[in-house]
Amino acid sequence: MRIIVLAKQVPETTEVTVDPETGTLRREGVPAIVNPFDTYAIEEGVRIKERLGGEVTVVSMGPPQAEAVLREAISVGADKGVLVTDRAFAGSDTWATSCVLAAACRTLGFDIIIAGKQAIDGDTAQVGPGVAMHLGIPQVTYVRRIDQIDGEHAVVERLLEDGYEVVETPIPALFTVVKEVNEPRLPSLRGKMAARKAEIRRLTADDIGVDSKRVGLEGSPTRVMKVFSPPKRSGGEKWEGLEPSEAAQKLVCTLRDSQVI
Amino acid sequence: MARLVILGDKCIGCGQCIDVCPFGVLKMGDDNIPEVPEDCRFCNVCVEACPVDAIVIEGAEEQPEKDLGAYRGVWVFGEQRHHKIQPVVRELIGKGRELADKRDTYLGVVVLGHNIEEEVKGLAHYGVDKVFYADDKALEDYRAEPYSRICSRLVREYKPEIVLAGATTTGRSFLSRVAVDVYAGLTADCTGLDISEEGLLLQTRPAFGGNIMATIITPNHRPQMSTVRHKVMKEAERGEEKPIEIIRVEIGEEDVVSRTTIIEFVEEIEETVNLTEADIIVSGGRGLGDPENFSYIRDLAKALGGAVGSSRAAVDAGWIPYSHQVGQTGKTVQPKLYVACGISGAVQHLVGMGSSKTIVAINKDPAAPIFDVADIGIVGDLFQVIPAVIRELETRK
Ligand SMILES: Cc1cc2nc3c(=O)[nH]c(=O)nc-3n(C[C@H](O)[C@H](O)[C@H](O)COP(=O)(O)OP(=O)(O)OC[C@H]3O[C@@H](n4cnc5c(N)ncnc54)[C@H](O)[C@@H]3O)c2cc1C
Ligand SMILES: Nc1ncnc2c1ncn2[C@@H]1O[C@H](COP(=O)(O)O)[C@@H](O)[C@H]1O
Repeated sequence: MRIIVLAKQVPETTEVTVDPETGTLRREGVPAIVNPFDTYAIEEGVRIKERLGGEVTVVSMGPPQAEAVLREAISVGADKGVLVTDRAFAGSDTWATSCVLAAACRTLGFDIIIAGKQAIDGDTAQVGPGVAMHLGIPQVTYVRRIDQIDGEHAVVERLLEDGYEVVETPIPALFTVVKEVNEPRLPSLRGKMAARKAEIRRLTADDIGVDSKRVGLEGSPTRVMKVFSPPKRSGGEKWEGLEPSEAAQKLVCTLRDSQVI
Repeated sequence: MARLVILGDKCIGCGQCIDVCPFGVLKMGDDNIPEVPEDCRFCNVCVEACPVDAIVIEGAEEQPEKDLGAYRGVWVFGEQRHHKIQPVVRELIGKGRELADKRDTYLGVVVLGHNIEEEVKGLAHYGVDKVFYADDKALEDYRAEPYSRICSRLVREYKPEIVLAGATTTGRSFLSRVAVDVYAGLTADCTGLDISEEGLLLQTRPAFGGNIMATIITPNHRPQMSTVRHKVMKEAERGEEKPIEIIRVEIGEEDVVSRTTIIEFVEEIEETVNLTEADIIVSGGRGLGDPENFSYIRDLAKALGGAVGSSRAAVDAGWIPYSHQVGQTGKTVQPKLYVACGISGAVQHLVGMGSSKTIVAINKDPAAPIFDVADIGIVGDLFQVIPAVIRELETRK
């Protein structure tokens, strides 16, 4: 089984804070991490390989430093890392990103592709389905369990708002996974060694044969017009030392008065 | 290739661009002119901040490939599940009506489903002008391929200017395919929508865990498409029935081909309300100490008519299924009232519920960070406070 996992390097967004005075983002020292949802995608890829044999190739599109994501993936069992990197990709929105990743997958060859549900920087959940569409393959999003999988087809559970559905799909297919799908392992010593030594293959726009008009800022239908800080939320009242019944009465009154309930 | 260009003859070396760069990639060069960064994200912040207009983004002024003026009408995806048009659709109709009026055009709703004539006709009460109704057994349940194929076809045929869908599992999954197919821009999980004089949809959404807000536009492509967060836009209210035009979409066999098949659907909601649709959410965390104690949360949720949420700690401990998790690796919710019980308020939790309208926290640790965002914070033991609140709610109905 040729398994491709799509993984993105993101800033640890919870450590990105807004400077109250200037209203700008404070990013000093904010670590770059593997997008949390993608850690589940990597683990799932490795588990499928362990069951069926084959190879897990992790693909990331980004600047040279995104290589760290690939090494981290290798440390937990992925076989290869491929960095898709080119100045021409700068400014890509989800349309252009999925175009690039799809072209990279086509170049590498695959049976299945696994992506995370969404990336925590953009939170769009659009790249996975976008890649599937560009490739013309079926997709199953929000996968919380892969029940059966072989070279021909897979049966998976897809998490919805009010339950889950059991979906069967032929292979090749693309899956996006949620946290519930597994518990990622920690890197082994051997994994860490392999990660250090691994050769990370790089692919450019020419290597994957994308039309330069379809990638980067130029190929992106959307544009960021402006970026601003949200109004900061501050705590309101804090009631200490009240008897539970007193607190309860006050709470219900306040909520009713302000028509919250 | 797009480039950020700093015009050396205009730049005064004030460094404001460096200060405002949200990604920290601008650096001052030796000649006191900022260096052009390699990994610029083209977010436009420095361009706006430069006091002397010395920064421009080049190489992105491509000509529209389409005749933008040919696109008219505001569309809402009328998501149905189990033969019911979903509540989020009324929120989209409310917003869609406003946008359509501003653009002096019609408001259309696209419904894909089976045997839901009554639901479709009911839209006449909400200020909708047209419904595009595709009725076929194969459209009863959402499947990515038929849904996106039909929607793309309709977009090509009728050329709407704007397409809105709820940021639900369905909306996000198939609209991404449509956007790729018709080469349109798609902005996810919008919390604000407005329209400029020239007809540009101004799509505002949180990013970076809600630390920044971004306004996104689609200058040269149509339609302009967004998925919209639940509970943010005001619902259209039911009013007088007005005539609507129902356009029946012909469905052929090739339209509904799907390589994926749904074997079964298993309903899995504890209470009757689902988390993302709920106006009120009561969440429990590690402070409950025990899976059985989730009954406190359920009881309070029931008394308030809300849904049950949880922190990741409670999910990881196996006390409640993942589908209830709120936060960075769970769901993002924005109810009118969020009650956090025994939850410390770790940033990863806060990013999932921090924009709720009213937040109430019950926690025995006065230093818990949840109190920094709570409108009402009760420092106390949840095992005593929750039953007291339930009693209070019941005695004063
Ligand atoms: C990549 C990543 C993603 C994450 N994603 C999420 C996410 O999506 N959602 C999420 O919630 N977390 C997430 N987390 C975890 C997060 O960092 C916290 O660990 C988690 O939110 C803590 O849950 P808690 O508040 O229930 O538990 P704790 O932090 O242990 O807090 C329990 C609270 O209960 C209070 N308490 C105890 N007993 C009582 C009582 N009798 N009465 C009243 N109060 C009481 C305590 O004072 C304490 O404040 C993520 C972490 C990482 C690293
Ligand atoms: N630049 C990228 N490189 C590799 N994978 C990506 C990239 N961007 C997005 N993805 C994949 O697509 C998923 C959804 O991302 P998004 O649509 O940005 O929320 C992520 O979890 C990744 O699996």
